[in-house]
Amino acid sequence: MLKKLFLTFAILFYGAAAFAQDLEALVAQLPGGSYDDRAAVVLEISQTGDERAFAVLEALKAGKLFFHKGEGIIVEVREIGDEDIAFNILDNTEIGAVGRRDAKKIKVNNGLRREISAALGTMYLQSTDPSVRLEAADAVFKSGDPTQLAALEAAILAETDNKVRTALTEARAVAILNDDADVSAKLAAIEVLRERGDRDAQGVLSKFITDPDLGEAVATVLAEIEQNQKLWGLVQNVWYGLSLGSVLLLAAIGLAITFGVMGVINMAHGELVMIGAYTTFAVQEFIRTSMPEYFDMSLLFAAPLAFLVAGSVGIGIERGVVRHLYGRPLETLLATWGISLILQQTVRSIFGPNNREVGNPDWMSGAFEIGAMNVTYSRMWILVFSLMVFTGLLLLLKRTSMGLRMRAVTQNRAMAADMGINTGWVDALTFGLGAGIAGLAGVALSQIDNVSPNLGQSYIVDSFMVVVFGGAGNLWGALAGAFSLGIANKFLEPFAGAVLAKILVLVFIILFIQKRPRGLFALKGRAVEN
Amino acid sequence: MNSLNKFALGLGLSASLLASSAMAAEDTIKVGILHSLSGTMAISETTLKDVMLMLIEEQNKAGGVLGKQLEAVVVDPASDWPLFAEKARELIEVHDVSAVFGNWTSVSRKSVLPVFEELNNILFYPVQYEGEESQRNVFYTGAAPNQQAIPAVDYLMAEEGVERWVLAGTDYVYPRTTNKILEAYLIGLGVSPDDIMINYTPFGHSDWQTIVSDIAAFGSTGVKTAVVSTINGDANVPFYKELGNQGISAEDIPVVAFSVGEEELAGLDTGPLVGHLAAWNYFMSVDTDENADFIDAWQAFIGSDERVTNDPMEAHYIGFNMWVKAVEAAGTTDTDAVIDALVGVAVPNLTGGLSSMGANHHITKPVLVGEIQDDGQFDVVWETDGLVLGDAWSDFLPESSVLISDWRAPLSCGNFNVETGACGGAE
Repeated sequence: MLKKLFLTFAILFYGAAAFAQDLEALVAQLPGGSYDDRAAVVLEISQTGDERAFAVLEALKAGKLFFHKGEGIIVEVREIGDEDIAFNILDNTEIGAVGRRDAKKIKVNNGLRREISAALGTMYLQSTDPSVRLEAADAVFKSGDPTQLAALEAAILAETDNKVRTALTEARAVAILNDDADVSAKLAAIEVLRERGDRDAQGVLSKFITDPDLGEAVATVLAEIEQNQKLWGLVQNVWYGLSLGSVLLLAAIGLAITFGVMGVINMAHGELVMIGAYTTFAVQEFIRTSMPEYFDMSLLFAAPLAFLVAGSVGIGIERGVVRHLYGRPLETLLATWGISLILQQTVRSIFGPNNREVGNPDWMSGAFEIGAMNVTYSRMWILVFSLMVFTGLLLLLKRTSMGLRMRAVTQNRAMAADMGINTGWVDALTFGLGAGIAGLAGVALSQIDNVSPNLGQSYIVDSFMVVVFGGAGNLWGALAGAFSLGIANKFLEPFAGAVLAKILVLVFIILFIQKRPRGLFALKGRAVEN
Repeated sequence: MNSLNKFALGLGLSASLLASSAMAAEDTIKVGILHSLSGTMAISETTLKDVMLMLIEEQNKAGGVLGKQLEAVVVDPASDWPLFAEKARELIEVHDVSAVFGNWTSVSRKSVLPVFEELNNILFYPVQYEGEESQRNVFYTGAAPNQQAIPAVDYLMAEEGVERWVLAGTDYVYPRTTNKILEAYLIGLGVSPDDIMINYTPFGHSDWQTIVSDIAAFGSTGVKTAVVSTINGDANVPFYKELGNQGISAEDIPVVAFSVGEEELAGLDTGPLVGHLAAWNYFMSVDTDENADFIDAWQAFIGSDERVTNDPMEAHYIGFNMWVKAVEAAGTTDTDAVIDALVGVAVPNLTGGLSSMGANHHITKPVLVGEIQDDGQFDVVWETDGLVLGDAWSDFLPESSVLISDWRAPLSCGNFNVETGACGGAE
């Protein structure tokens, strides 16, 4: 009895040792050969059944596996603090810090990475975490490898989560299509993919359009998917237009105050946007170094700060330069143009000419799907943010005493002064308000555009276009102008191309202004007269 | 003091300044640096100014050239194309430089060409460009299309099995010419015109939603699709962000870019970009001792171990060393002698080979294809077997395939037509 037990142990032990031997030998082969050789080794590693294979393949896929020249072994290099530390991939022992010349990377390219994903996909099908299984099912879907059929069948039977089961069934359908299965099984598989009905399904099915048995079924399904995609494409385009419109609105709404309400042609408006973006960058840098746990809230801190920084720069510009030039639009234009160059070069000297990385907080990254439409979180929040800023500004102008003074001064300066309003001060605050809102726009734009000293330049023309088109002096005009230009642009783009679309929009605005010189929402009454 | 007096004083002052600079010129050799330090191109060009200063400083420590110290003359053309011509003239006429290293955009290069020809001086141009040019006074150390675009397409076909192509670019001369060459090349290889989508966007384009979703639609026919990107400068950041946002990974539709290097990635979260490609003649990650030394020297010079190196920097490294070697060989800085001595000069590049200057004033380089890593570096996944000589006139465009360039006597012509047997380009 004791002997028997010992024997069992010995066999078990021997078996484990054989596994380990296998994996070790296989891992040692990784650095050599071509990508195809490496792909073969990857497949073997995935089939060892060794627990450590996960770590090996994950590290390889992430490009963190190195050949340690000194030790002659395969290591995973992890960045700990500022140092690169090597760990033996097989037993996780620390080897020590490595420099640029001490280790040679085991290279992966896209093709190999696809192989690893597929191999890991099969391995992860048994994971206990449903989200991991879902990813695994997607990986198998993409690889479409018919040799995985048995594994998929087993996984489907064992699956408890509905979403994962659907994904697995779809992956099985692709595998069946690639297999030598009979026509009826394949037709059933096509039906499964019809249910899915997205671009990926379309991609898989397109390969079978020339198949003599399946061609007809595939063609009908493809036509159906195509039709569906077209409809959703229309909705998607409207969304893109709204999203572009929200960016235009944000960029232009500050200008709607300085140009629209005050009549100052502020060429430095774009640079105020840029200052807002750089404020976001500075806030994020500060948070990164001193309290990284608040990183997701960085934009909430950045927004009021950007408003204040850009606003005070704006007040500085108004008090220092613009107020001496009221009533002389050409000089104002030139002076503010000069200021814009000064601001750009100042930022360039302080932060350097290179782009600065502004991170997306978690709640602003990624996308979700509505039907076949893809909505990115960053764009959605920017749309919400632009509407919030718009409403806030509207309330400020219409419902507060400050807003009342601003409107009074712009409508009739002399009478407002007679009523005891300090018009100079109101001018400065109004300009500062416009500038501060430009700063807010900068916070939003830092999330989708690159933060460089040239950021503002690309928005100044668009902003003026929106304000002129919408009707100077009217916030509702800016809103309508921004969204209609955004949507028009996005509907023209697929036919005319991005360059021509922009030109067409510009031509349209010029013609429109000929007909209605005061824009969409012209101010009426006495305010117009001066 | 009346204004006339002021004027006279100013004149005297500037005359004495000129005299002092003329005196200095006798014991130093002046080298002009013509890179934008302000305006839109400052983002790329400032680094090149710095690397030139570093190379000149190192050369001076090693004893200078012809026993004289080198003196860098830095001017700022401010990303303003006509100003490039003015500044080039200033470098040559006022500062009397022996050679100029500079320019980034093709339009700025075109603007200085007549100046270099008229005043007979030497320009080293370090950036990849569209080709279709060969000038006696210009030495092109960046890549021509056959040293970047064509091998990259070959790689995608062979290794990734790509059959459908999106050629996306910014709307100006470099992308338009490169895409014209690529289109002709692909169609020559049997790719159907239906499988090629060409898209142009304005400079600084920031709203990529429609285009990226068009690309996704174009790539969903079950055939492997890739994007060949000649999108320039700032527009790349939102483009890659949008790709990431719409969930298009490099494993689905890889993007190979010709204008995105380490410097451009420095302002980006590269996590979602892993696996997208770039084709260059140099990557910072290249594992050679020359490169490790160069990176160490650069980071020490600039005082930060965060700073990256990139392809145009290597081009200046090669170009500068070629110039030094040619001047030493000619024994003079006289323009004509140096131009003659430059052809055939060979110096080590940073990827472990020896680059030499061809008779068409382009150089030989290896072509590397790299994949973006999450640390903002590129991993070389493929390279050409040997070095490739830059081809001034593309063989894939009918109007330029009959042209060759050879600046050696007796031909001495940049656009010799082999059909008509005459110098002067195509009909």
